[in-house]
Amino acid sequence: MRIFKLMFKNALRHKLRTSLTILGIAIAVMAFGFLRTVVTAWYAGVEASAANRLVTRNAVSFIFPLPLAYRDKIARIPGVETVSYMNWFQGVYIDKNQFFARFAADVQTALEVYPEFIVPPDQLEAFTKERNACMVGADLAKQYNFKIGDVIPIEGDIYPGKWDFVVRAIYQPRDEKVDGTQMWFHWAYLDERMRQDMPGRAGEVGWYIIRISNPNDGARISEEVDQLFKNSRAETKTESERAFQEGFVQGTNLIIVLLNFMSFVIIGIIMLVLGNTMIMSARERTKEYAVLKTIGFSGSHLTKLIAGESMIISILGGALGLLLTYPIVGMFSLFVPKSWFPIFYIEPITIVLAGTSALVVGVIAALFPIQRAVRTSIVDGLRFVG
Amino acid sequence: MANSIIQVENVSKAYRRDTFDIPVLNNISLSVSEGDFLGLMGPSGSGKTTLLNLVAGIDRPSKGRVVVGGTDIGTLSETALAKWRATHVGFIFQFYNLIPVLTAYENVELPLLLTSLSKAERKKHVEFALQVVGLADRMYHYPKQLSGGQEQRVAIARAIATDPTLLVADEPTGDLDKQSAEEILTLLERLNKEFKKTIVMVTHDPRAAEKAHTVRHLDKGELK
Ligand SMILES: Nc1ncnc2c1ncn2[C@@H]1O[C@H](COP(=O)(O)OP(=O)(O)OP(=O)(O)O)[C@@H](O)[C@H]1O
Ligand SMILES: [Mg+2]
Repeated sequence: MRIFKLMFKNALRHKLRTSLTILGIAIAVMAFGFLRTVVTAWYAGVEASAANRLVTRNAVSFIFPLPLAYRDKIARIPGVETVSYMNWFQGVYIDKNQFFARFAADVQTALEVYPEFIVPPDQLEAFTKERNACMVGADLAKQYNFKIGDVIPIEGDIYPGKWDFVVRAIYQPRDEKVDGTQMWFHWAYLDERMRQDMPGRAGEVGWYIIRISNPNDGARISEEVDQLFKNSRAETKTESERAFQEGFVQGTNLIIVLLNFMSFVIIGIIMLVLGNTMIMSARERTKEYAVLKTIGFSGSHLTKLIAGESMIISILGGALGLLLTYPIVGMFSLFVPKSWFPIFYIEPITIVLAGTSALVVGVIAALFPIQRAVRTSIVDGLRFVG
Repeated sequence: MANSIIQVENVSKAYRRDTFDIPVLNNISLSVSEGDFLGLMGPSGSGKTTLLNLVAGIDRPSKGRVVVGGTDIGTLSETALAKWRATHVGFIFQFYNLIPVLTAYENVELPLLLTSLSKAERKKHVEFALQVVGLADRMYHYPKQLSGGQEQRVAIARAIATDPTLLVADEPTGDLDKQSAEEILTLLERLNKEFKKTIVMVTHDPRAAEKAHTVRHLDKGELK
């Protein structure tokens, strides 16, 4: 037998109490992992943004367009590598609940700017050739069972009319941080239809995405772009993609702050649950600890014994909680349409955080009982009656 | 006395309760020679347990010196004192004080975990100690599966596992029936005679005191 065995036997002394404590910790760790995953999903767009991309939008609001003529002027600024542009198309597919991001994009430049969208060359060729072709993300294709050659009918709203897009390409997101639920079609096709139906809206661009050669030039180039269109009909606001994405997320900030806060409240709860169990156990064993000291166990032996017991419980609870996190997050993403949280996965950092929290809590919960066991004199401990 | 193992010199002990001191032992001197079997008697509250605790190094005197086996235990730090107890003293309590989640074997092994003995060596010691107390066949029983007398014998096995020179027992038969008490006393006698353990035993029981070579009486903190 080793002291380790005594830790185990102590931890299992009250099987029901220990099981409930482990379960409590597991549920809290799971809730923590889940909340953190939701929070990181919100920020995924921000996290995924590249340092070498700038976004230029209408200074008044994101919903007002910019003229296509800006493209060439921006391209002439030193340090600009590629200029691409997109429009938010929206529209209704089947019904309003079938939400996913639909963009009209200048495909060739857009793929240069977004190398994280990976398209097989033959599909790209087919996509490029056909004017009303579209490209969908692999996750979106899976969700709606879209296949190459399928037609996606969309009822326009921002851009009225009936629109039929033929799927010609399916892109793979480069990694888990990349949104695999977007749909792109040719900006030229949108413009062609506008020219016919609503000539006043021809040549409208939603926003420009600029790839720059050196991320350090971001501030300077942004400044130059905005300077270029100062006092024109459509003034611009250029910022890093990160700032742009953050602005997007900002609206929901309060919820996120709350969720964030909650996830740390949960850690406090784990601490109380385990702390309570440890204090009860240590109190009941006051006399035993005095006996161990009498036999020759030192303060550091008792420290190991109690901390070890606390760690055993917290590790079991933490491990169980992490195991539960996966199915819970999995189930959540089954019931919630992928396009709501395009990027929804458990980040390694979440696991690390939840795991270390459980460990740290294990240590902290043991502090008070340890102090009590070490401080109580043998004589008082032996005379102790529960 | 040349070969005295315990020397208690002018020891006083008072417990502090809130703001006032409760005097328990009053200027006591006592010498126990090696191989002695000393019985300590006296009315309840007279300070027997307190004196025993001082001799065993689990408490410190307010005044005076306690020297055991040449070591002035008042000079040792807490950790050093714990080490000293582990090697020099075996304890036997009235209520056995076994760890309920450990088997008889594991309870006896407990003090050996603090030594550098290998697993195999510890096994030898444990088996030997349990054999001495006549419980070799109960090694894997838990305390609650044993009778009071058997529990006390496991406790004695635990006390002798590290082969200490001094055994202290605080009313070891206080919670036992006549028959079991008799067995425990015979066992202690044997440990004293055969294994040359010096024993200090607190007791209320005159029959227990009969087994002792010397009997001292404590009354109101004074030794008679
Ligand atoms: N840790 C302590 N704190 C405060 N008072 C104590 C403490 N230990 C003992 N006392 C007091 O000291 C006195 C002597 O106690 P002690 O336990 O030594 O007596 P005893 O002779 O062993 O009695 P008994 O036969 O009942 O076991 C008692 O009045 C007791 O209340
Ligand atoms: Mg007593």
